Amino acid sequence: MAESLALLSFGETGWGDELAAGAWLTIRLALATLPFGLVLGFLIALAKVSGEPALRRGANIYTTIFRGVPELLTLFIVYYGGQIALQAFIGLFTDTYVEVSGFVAGMIALALVFSAFSSEVFVAALKAIPKGQGEAAWALGMSRRATLQSVILPQLIRLALPGLSNLWLILLKETALVSVIALDDLLRRTSVAVGNTKEPFLFYMVACLIYLAFSLISAFGLGKVERWTRRGEAR
Amino acid sequence: MRTAYVSERMLKPQPAPLQKARGWGAARIGGTLGTAFWALIGLAILVNFIIGYDHDFVARYAPRMLGGLWTTVWIVAVSLVLGALLSMLITAARLSQNRAVAGIGFAYVTFFRGTPLLAQVFLVYYGSGEFRAFFEAIGLWWFFREAIYCALFTFTLNTAAYQAEIYRGAIQSVPDTQREAGWALGLPRKVIFRQIIAPQAMTIALRPLGNEIIIMIKGSAIASVITVFDLMGETRLAFSRSFDFQVYLWAALMYLALVETLRRIWDALETRLTHHLER
Repeated sequence: MAESLALLSFGETGWGDELAAGAWLTIRLALATLPFGLVLGFLIALAKVSGEPALRRGANIYTTIFRGVPELLTLFIVYYGGQIALQAFIGLFTDTYVEVSGFVAGMIALALVFSAFSSEVFVAALKAIPKGQGEAAWALGMSRRATLQSVILPQLIRLALPGLSNLWLILLKETALVSVIALDDLLRRTSVAVGNTKEPFLFYMVACLIYLAFSLISAFGLGKVERWTRRGEAR
Repeated sequence: MRTAYVSERMLKPQPAPLQKARGWGAARIGGTLGTAFWALIGLAILVNFIIGYDHDFVARYAPRMLGGLWTTVWIVAVSLVLGALLSMLITAARLSQNRAVAGIGFAYVTFFRGTPLLAQVFLVYYGSGEFRAFFEAIGLWWFFREAIYCALFTFTLNTAAYQAEIYRGAIQSVPDTQREAGWALGLPRKVIFRQIIAPQAMTIALRPLGNEIIIMIKGSAIASVITVFDLMGETRLAFSRSFDFQVYLWAALMYLALVETLRRIWDALETRLTHHLER
């Protein structure tokens, strides 16, 4: 027990600070992905409910692809494919070697997947808002933009939040995949620690518990926010 | 005297009114560009395959990747079935009146749903090596020594947790009055569950269960990280040997085909089984 604690302590001999740095990167990656995934997902959702068939088709193909391909494969395609494409593009001008940052590749891949799923949540929420709301705003002479901003969005957030919180929890766990492309997230740091200490069970269990703590804290916080958004509803 | 209610004179058939031409607004331009983009990518993959057709390359890797696809299918199928069996136990524990038992069920579900599948796979695969003496003593080392069995084991535990939540939610959403009606008829508890609760719960569970199957197919790609040669594993091997990026795109198409086929089958199944509920 004391040995385990020594291994997990912060400082020169313990791995605590390495794990903490990894956990911090995991959080940063998830938080950096979130806004892109949300905005992209919302735009895709708007395309899906649009009256224009071509737009709907394009958006539906997008979601079919990114919901059907494994996240790990999406990550590899973005990471290696991005590398090849960028190298080819840079190669047109100079012959310097460029490397795609694992963080950015991870962020793009996770945002693509997140947006595909979040667009479904947004579509369901948009459809749940009664048509009369938009029509009333129209009748009042509000512009489309004003309608979206002050009539649709406030209701949308309330309806979409449960689905989005679920997606956030999934995203948090999916960040673990970036450890495969050698980005120093929590899981990768844990693997390094295991390689050095030969204590796989202890370290992977600690990593699991850290992820679990993140999940529980997020679930608790999001539950509070959800209750706050529903404060105006009759019980 | 009979009155003829049939009109004497019929209108001549008319062509449908002309449809108003759709204008080329921003939405239509954007949508067409987007659709064209996807079509172009599909075409590029196809053209690249045909023009750059390399018989040796295809002969070497195509059978391996198909074999990998088969491995993916059976790992997922076996772990889903075993997970379903295990999840029955967990659901029973979750719904138990005994608080300690319910607590254990809750802890199990929370742990497996709250941590990444990849971390769980590492925990089982690398962690089991630490207990080698123990597993050898109970004669299970042959199982935990193989990466593929470790993946299977972890996937089973993982999907059991998710499936347990699905079944629990479904059982709880069957109205209490159903159970009470069964009681009033004097039916034994077993019959009430089997004949009244379970069929209704399964109808509710159908949709989330279909999602879980798809999540497992996609999640099984993780097995490749611990050297299992499923579709993803074979693809990574092919890429590391040939540095031909195409293999990743083929793999994506294969996964896509698998997931889409399953989704369609599941939709048809659901329509058929919930036909009586439709209005």
